[in-house]
Amino acid sequence: MSDPAPRVRVTGPPRRRRTPGGVADIDAGTRLGDVYMRSLLREQLRLAVGVLLVVALTIGLLPLAFHLVPELSDVRLLGIPLGFLLLGVVVYPVLVVLGWAYVRRAERNEADFAEIVSEVE
Amino acid sequence: MSPGLDAAPGIVAITLVTLATLAIGVWGLRFSRTTSDFFVASRTVHPRLNASAIGGEYLSAASFLGVAGLVLVNGADMLWYPVGWTAGYLVLLVLVAAPLRRSGAYTLPDFAEARLGSRGVRAVCSVLVVAVGWLYLLPQFQGAGLTLRSAVGAPTWVGPVIVGVVVLVNVTTGGMRSITFVQAFQYWLKLTALLVPAAVLLVVWAGDDRPRPVDLGAWSTPLAPGGGEGLYITYSLIIATFLGTMGLPHVVVRFYTNPDGRAARRTTLVVLVLLGVFYLLPPVYGALGRVYAPELAVSGASDALVLELPRIMLDGPLGEVLTGMVTAGAFAAFLSTSSGLSIAVAGVLSQDVTGRTRVRGRRLGGVAAFRVAAVAAVTVPCVVALLVPNLGVARAVGLAFAMAAATFCPLLLLGIWWRGLTSYGAIAGLAAGGLGSTVAIGWTIAVSSPDGWLDTLMGQPAAWTVPLALATMVAVSRLTRDRVPSDADRFLVRLHTPETLQLDRG
Repeated sequence: MSDPAPRVRVTGPPRRRRTPGGVADIDAGTRLGDVYMRSLLREQLRLAVGVLLVVALTIGLLPLAFHLVPELSDVRLLGIPLGFLLLGVVVYPVLVVLGWAYVRRAERNEADFAEIVSEVE
Repeated sequence: MSPGLDAAPGIVAITLVTLATLAIGVWGLRFSRTTSDFFVASRTVHPRLNASAIGGEYLSAASFLGVAGLVLVNGADMLWYPVGWTAGYLVLLVLVAAPLRRSGAYTLPDFAEARLGSRGVRAVCSVLVVAVGWLYLLPQFQGAGLTLRSAVGAPTWVGPVIVGVVVLVNVTTGGMRSITFVQAFQYWLKLTALLVPAAVLLVVWAGDDRPRPVDLGAWSTPLAPGGGEGLYITYSLIIATFLGTMGLPHVVVRFYTNPDGRAARRTTLVVLVLLGVFYLLPPVYGALGRVYAPELAVSGASDALVLELPRIMLDGPLGEVLTGMVTAGAFAAFLSTSSGLSIAVAGVLSQDVTGRTRVRGRRLGGVAAFRVAAVAAVTVPCVVALLVPNLGVARAVGLAFAMAAATFCPLLLLGIWWRGLTSYGAIAGLAAGGLGSTVAIGWTIAVSSPDGWLDTLMGQPAAWTVPLALATMVAVSRLTRDRVPSDADRFLVRLHTPETLQLDRG
């Protein structure tokens, strides 16, 4: 192979389009665009349902717990009855932390979506 | 109580709050120029300011006075009210906040019409917004009357009239932009007015060798009494408050003042913090009341606990000053919640009623129509409050939540997350939830001494009206599948995609 083949310039269609491909797909309502949208909706809904499940399985189970185990009412922590401590104090930081975690995840989901849709050719 | 020296702190406090409210409203006028300023503060309110404003307008008389009194009488199960009112914002945050802002609509009827393309749904929503708004305004006016009577010995009609006039002046002159400043100020006023006296009273209590509240046991159980029925009541209350918050007209309207969906989420998160801090305080009053003022629980004047406790625990000028503070906070609670509700009701009325009427052959313009609507929005419940002296403050607020949960909650949830919703399904579901709630309200008012399961189900209806409305909406939408709006997909794109993406949003 002493004679190298002459160089060939390889070109393609112009890489820059006015709108990124994924965005155009969504705008045109193609099946690919539909897939993008469905995946975003599913991610966000799954996140929301997850947060609500945590609420249901913690705060939501308190009435049932006190109903089934009435002795819980007599428990005292730091001199405060358990019912007052949980519903008067502990619930609020739990709600704030859940909200904060949700906002972080939801914004990340949106950023991921924007990135994927903008990158696709 | 007769007006006299006792009334001085109350009169000073109410005068100061009224003047401050009007002054801030006038100051806010300088920023209020356009129709957009008027309705949505031109959508440029920063999350922190907006969150304070939401907190200010959300913390009503029921929060400031009612919770402490309910805890005094009934104990820990009443804590589900503040917990539900706060958790309602978490539900709103994860399911509704950002999409609702991105929908670009101003009121719930706007949202319904844009999503479903139907004037019929819009009309039903408008009626429901006005119904829920007035149901919620009524106890605010009545509470104002009770507070003025207990604080300064004024006749019961004085409170509703003062609140009505101040709200009307602020709402009609400055609109949303200046109200935002007023509401934000009133959150911090209410927090201070509850926090400082609570701290002083706790010091007094600690100096008294920390006596414990009497009659523990049932009082410290976070569950309504009555075995299985108690469990149902508690869960139904949880459903009404957790899901009803998103459907309250004055809550929803605030979200349109955010710049974008991301800001709407951050605003809601700050609201969660502000509400959580505030709601730590009412149980303190309830528990201290159990120690120092158990007679209030028996006398049926428990709503006055927050107003009376400083004087009961402290003699002399310090007690008077603290009394003035809590009176100021209570009055701020009436003013801010009434303002927010009036704006929301007036917004709907001005779009659907006064904006369509013709005066001398011409349609009323945006701001003029809004002012006329505001007069109606304030006057009607104010007059009803004067004619029907006491409907039960806590009960009316609870029913407003149950009604919002059974109507707007299903509409928002399905409208935002399910492309299959049709206008027929929406109307059927709204009708089912609205009728169910109305029957329950009528039943509860008619039955004076509730007894047995049926009365329990009617007294706390959310646990069956919400599933009923949801199921009706889904079932009828399924049956009218061919009527799914053709732009449903485009609308969901608008609701769920970040504004930074250059998408076609219809």
